[in-house]
Amino acid sequence: MSVDSSTTPAPPEQIRAVPVRHPGRWIAAAVIAVLAAMFVHMLVTNPVFQWDFMLDNMFSDAVLRGARTTLIMTILAMAIGILLGILLAVMRLSANPVVAGAAWVYIWFFRAIPRIVLLFFVASLGALYARYEFGFPFDQQLMDLLGFQADWRLFGFDGNEIFKGFIAGLIGLALSEGAYMAEIVRAGIQSVDPGQAEAAHALGMSRGRTMRRIVLPQAMRVIIPPTGNETIAMLKDTALLIAVPVTTELNFQLRAIGSRTFQVIPMAVASIIWYLALASLLMIGQYFLERRFSRGFGNRETRQQREARRARDVGSTH
Amino acid sequence: MVEARGVRKSFGHVEVLKGIDLSVAPREVMCIVGPSGSGKSTFLRCINHLERIDAGRLSVNGHLVGYREKGGRLHELHDAEVAAQRREIGMVFQRFNLFPHMTALENVVEAPVQVKGVSKAEARERGAALLERVGLADRMHNYPNQLSGGQQQRVAIARALAMEPMLMLFDEPTSALDPELVGEVLDVMRGLAADGMTMVVVTHEMGFAREVGDTLVFMDDGAVVEDGDPRQVLTDPQHERTRAFLSKVL
Repeated sequence: MSVDSSTTPAPPEQIRAVPVRHPGRWIAAAVIAVLAAMFVHMLVTNPVFQWDFMLDNMFSDAVLRGARTTLIMTILAMAIGILLGILLAVMRLSANPVVAGAAWVYIWFFRAIPRIVLLFFVASLGALYARYEFGFPFDQQLMDLLGFQADWRLFGFDGNEIFKGFIAGLIGLALSEGAYMAEIVRAGIQSVDPGQAEAAHALGMSRGRTMRRIVLPQAMRVIIPPTGNETIAMLKDTALLIAVPVTTELNFQLRAIGSRTFQVIPMAVASIIWYLALASLLMIGQYFLERRFSRGFGNRETRQQREARRARDVGSTH
Repeated sequence: MVEARGVRKSFGHVEVLKGIDLSVAPREVMCIVGPSGSGKSTFLRCINHLERIDAGRLSVNGHLVGYREKGGRLHELHDAEVAAQRREIGMVFQRFNLFPHMTALENVVEAPVQVKGVSKAEARERGAALLERVGLADRMHNYPNQLSGGQQQRVAIARALAMEPMLMLFDEPTSALDPELVGEVLDVMRGLAADGMTMVVVTHEMGFAREVGDTLVFMDDGAVVEDGDPRQVLTDPQHERTRAFLSKVL
C-alpha cells in the first residue's frame, strides 16, 4: 500500500445504509392508538358525562371564587412554608446544639402528623383556650408569688375567631409545609461546595452574608425542582381544607353542585380538569424560576455577552 | 508582616504542623514547597484563620490571628472580628472557588460592595480595571463556566485584589491547571510581586520560586526543614530530605 501525496484523495462516499427496523415501535403505537380510541369513544358515547351540563356549571361564580381561594391558599401556604423552611434549615445546620435540636424536633413532629389531622386540631384550638394573650411568660404566677393581683399582657385575640376558616387552614398547611421545606433547603445548602463558603469567608464576608449572597443562591438550583413538587402537592392538599372547614375552596364548590343536582360524575370530571389546569399554571412558573437560578450553569448567553458580541461583530465589518 | 512562632495544628490524632517558625517581611515573596501532606497548605490556611491553630503564636501585621491577648490569656475573636482581619488578607485557592452564579465582574465587585460598602458604580469601575490588569477586559460578563481554568484563576486573583489586601496567600494556584495555562497565571503573580505585594505562595513551580521568590521554604512532615534564598536552596540544599525532594521534582 502506498499513498500518493501529490494528489488530494477524493472525499469518501457518503454512507447510505439500510436503517435498523423497529417493529416493536409500530406495534406499541398501534396498541396505544386503539386504547386511546376506546377511551375517546367512551367519553363521547356515555351519556353520564353530561358534557354540556359540566361546561355550564364548572365556571359558575361560586366555583371561580373557590378556584381563587385554592390558588391564594396554595401560594400563601407555600410562601410561609418556604420562609419557615429556610429558617429551620439554617437552624438545623447551626453550631448551637439547642437551636439545631429545636429544629429537629419541629421537623420530626410536623412531618409525622397527617395534614388532615393537623387541620382538625388547629380548627379546634379555640376549645383549648377561649382567649390567646401575649405578654411576659408566667406573669400571673410571678405576680401571685409577689402578692399582687395583676398581669403583664400586651395583646390577645379570641381563639374561636382566629382558629377557623381560611386562617386556621393557612396555619395548619404552612406549619406542615415548613417541615418538608426545611429538609429540602438543608439538602440544597449541603449540595453547595464548601469551597464557596471558604472563599467568601476569605474575602471577609460574615456567615450571614455568605449564606444569603453565596450559598443560598446556588442552593436554589437544587431546591427549586422539589419545591415545585411541594407546590403542586399543596394545591391538591387544599382539598383537605374541608377538615377545618373552609367551604369556599374549589373541590368543595364543585362537589356541592354535583350533590345538589345528582350529577356527580360531570362535576368530578370538572374537578379533575380544574386541578390539571391550575397545576399546569404552576409548572410554567417553575420553568421560569429554574431558568433564573441556573445562571452560570448552562451555556446560555447573557444579555451583556450578546451585546458585547454584536458590538465586536459590527466593529469587525467596518 | 507574618510572624509564626511554634505554630502547631492537629486534625484528630494527626499532628500536621509540628512547631512552625517563620516570618515574612513586607514586600517579601515567600514560596513554600514540599511533598503533599507536609502541612504547607494547612499553614497557609492558618494565616487567615480558615484553620485555627492549637499552639504557638501566629500574627499578621502585629495582630494575633483569631485571638486577642488580654490579662495573660487568649480570648477567641468574634466572627465579625475574624472577618475584619481577613479583609486585609487576600487568598487564592487551588480550585479557584469562583462564585459560579456571578459573572467575572460580579465576582470581583461582590466583596467590596457587600463588605466594605463601596458604591456599586465605583466598585464596577475598579473591578473592570482589575480585570483589565489580569488581561480579562473582554471576559468581564462571562460566567466562570465559560472561562478556561487559567482565566478563572486570574479572575480569582482580581477578586482577592479588589479588597486591597496587604498580604496575598496563594494555595497551589496553578496545580489544577492544564500545563499550557500555568504561564498566564504565573505572569499575573509575577506582576504583583514586581508591584511590591507581600505574598506567601504554596507551589510546585520551582522556576517561579527561583525567579520571583525572595525566600524558599522547604517543609516536610509538618516542619520547616530548610529555608533561605531560593537560588541557594535549589542549587545547594543543605539537608538530605530537601535533596531527595528536589531530585524528584526538578
